[in-house]
Amino acid sequence: MTVTAAFFYLFATITVASGFMVIASRNPVQSVLFLILAFVNAAGLFLMMGAEFLAMILVIVYVGAVAVLFLFVVMMLDVDFAALRQGFLQYLPIGGVIGVIFLLELILVVGAYAVDPGLVRSPAVPIPAPEVMTNTEALGQVLYTRYFYFFQAAGLILLVAMIGAIVLTLRERVGVRRQDISKQNARTQDTAVEVRKVPFRQGI
Amino acid sequence: MVIGLGHYLTVAAVLFTLGVFGIFINRKNVIVILMSIELILLAVNINMVAFSTHLNDIVGQIFAMLILTVAAAEAAIGLAILVVFFRNRGSIAVEDVNRLRG
Repeated sequence: MTVTAAFFYLFATITVASGFMVIASRNPVQSVLFLILAFVNAAGLFLMMGAEFLAMILVIVYVGAVAVLFLFVVMMLDVDFAALRQGFLQYLPIGGVIGVIFLLELILVVGAYAVDPGLVRSPAVPIPAPEVMTNTEALGQVLYTRYFYFFQAAGLILLVAMIGAIVLTLRERVGVRRQDISKQNARTQDTAVEVRKVPFRQGI
Repeated sequence: MVIGLGHYLTVAAVLFTLGVFGIFINRKNVIVILMSIELILLAVNINMVAFSTHLNDIVGQIFAMLILTVAAAEAAIGLAILVVFFRNRGSIAVEDVNRLRG
């Protein structure tokens, strides 16, 4: 067994096992942590396939942003997760049947596929050899030219997601003392300070 | 032993099935359902990259990146909706989501 095969089976096994633990774990915090493990090992698989940039992006975006977002929400919401586990076994048979059928179909597809040799011969944009150009550079040369509109659409999607998330979760609380800068700046010495003549031994 | 396209496709198929299975068995917990969706998208990404490198065509990696973008946006919006829903109902159980029922 070569080193490549050994690493492939290492990454694949950990990815699948932690993927299973994501859906089977009792505690959602553990689920998120196993999700992170699955993403990191999938990044290892990407590296083995030769997609270095996507592997790094997977670690940065998924582990650094999405998984931490999940962790925040899981810890922020005060939910009785044990109650949500009720009926776990109730859905196990139907879920298991559908999962097994699905897996069998996918295995049949994977076992019986054949790649059209024409596709291998004439790729739309061939990957340059690593000595000529790095993976990142090659991706950039395609993404910013041929797929520029896709790139802008992706940016628009992220913008909409950001605005949507802010609009959804922003709330105006009543009874909160806020800083009103224009009101502060409008204060003059006349309105703020008052000079009183205090009578002797009487106070105000 | 050569690790070929079929190996990666198998891993992706198993991950995809796990994601679908997770949606079925965690019917009540929205957070785990969202995580299952992330698993499914990861499986799709593995497929894209595997075909991209096997067919020597970089376009697959471009599309994998776009899928990643959509997955990040979807997670952000989904979790925001979840937070708002929890604020209104005090629970995240899926069967409580019936406000829009007439």
